[in-house]
Amino acid sequence: MAILQVLAYPDERLKQATATVTSFDDAFQQVVNDLHDTMYAASHCVGIAATQCGIPLRVALVDVSRRPNIENHGRLVLVNPEILTWEGFGVGREGCFSVPDYTGNIVRAERITVHYQDEHGTQHEVAFQGFEARAVQHEIDHLNGLLFLDRLVSHRNDLFRRKVYK
Amino acid sequence: MSKWYMLTVVGQDRPGIVARVTSVLYQGGCNLGEASMLRLGGNFTIMLMVQYDGTGDALLALLEPAVAELDLHCHIDDIDGGLHRRLDPDVRVTVFGADRAGIVARVTTVLADAGMNILDLESDVVGSEDKPIYVMHMEGRAARGVKALESALAPVAEEGVEVRVSPIDTMMG
Repeated sequence: MAILQVLAYPDERLKQATATVTSFDDAFQQVVNDLHDTMYAASHCVGIAATQCGIPLRVALVDVSRRPNIENHGRLVLVNPEILTWEGFGVGREGCFSVPDYTGNIVRAERITVHYQDEHGTQHEVAFQGFEARAVQHEIDHLNGLLFLDRLVSHRNDLFRRKVYK
Repeated sequence: MSKWYMLTVVGQDRPGIVARVTSVLYQGGCNLGEASMLRLGGNFTIMLMVQYDGTGDALLALLEPAVAELDLHCHIDDIDGGLHRRLDPDVRVTVFGADRAGIVARVTTVLADAGMNILDLESDVVGSEDKPIYVMHMEGRAARGVKALESALAPVAEEGVEVRVSPIDTMMG
């Protein structure tokens, strides 16, 4: 078991390019296991990307099942994930272990379909929605060198107001 | 440097207030912390945490050139405060309706009694001059849960004020 150190902004490694995973060997399984241990070590953490731990590979873990009343697919190992479709948008609050002591409102697609491989290389195409879709988008952003800070909308914004007047 | 002050600034809105005030503070050796700055009713308002080694009077003296030039009103309080004391909100309450006296007092008293600690409140009077609409957004922490706030606000909603209570479920990734 290894809990990895999570890099904090402005560490440049959070923006580094990530490589496609091509080998699903023992070394890669160890990376997945370490990410697993690191994610579950923090009780509120619902996702972690390899880039957050200084590993420039396209792999992230997501598990929102520890939150009550949220539709979920259990623990997901997202290897080489690509978002195929986006639908709808919503504003939600996000925080990040790489940006301590701050949360912000972020616009994300409500529903997405994602193509990815699991830790053994098997191909999947899965539809996510709501909170889980938000977590998946947040982690895929990490693999592309983006933090939620890059997507912040104004705290005093009119998105909620528009919703009120619908 | 350890002493924190809360600086309050109010003045007729014009371009350059933030730049001028923060420049004199920077040149005077101050460090800035959390801030809320916005235009209210044609005035520009600043609430700003300022870290400064000297006294409050010395801080006021530092600001004097900017205050005189931009015709600002300044106030300084010693505070027992510091950075990294943020609380994350877990509930958002939106209130709107035809503007009438007492909405804020009524709603916030009900919320306080039901266990809400308001962390952030912003309100506007919109609509037209003859038919004003009051809109208020609050974020805070619901010590006794979001359902408790909803139940407590139900009678208020029957008084012709629209109330929306929604949980803020922060995604930590």
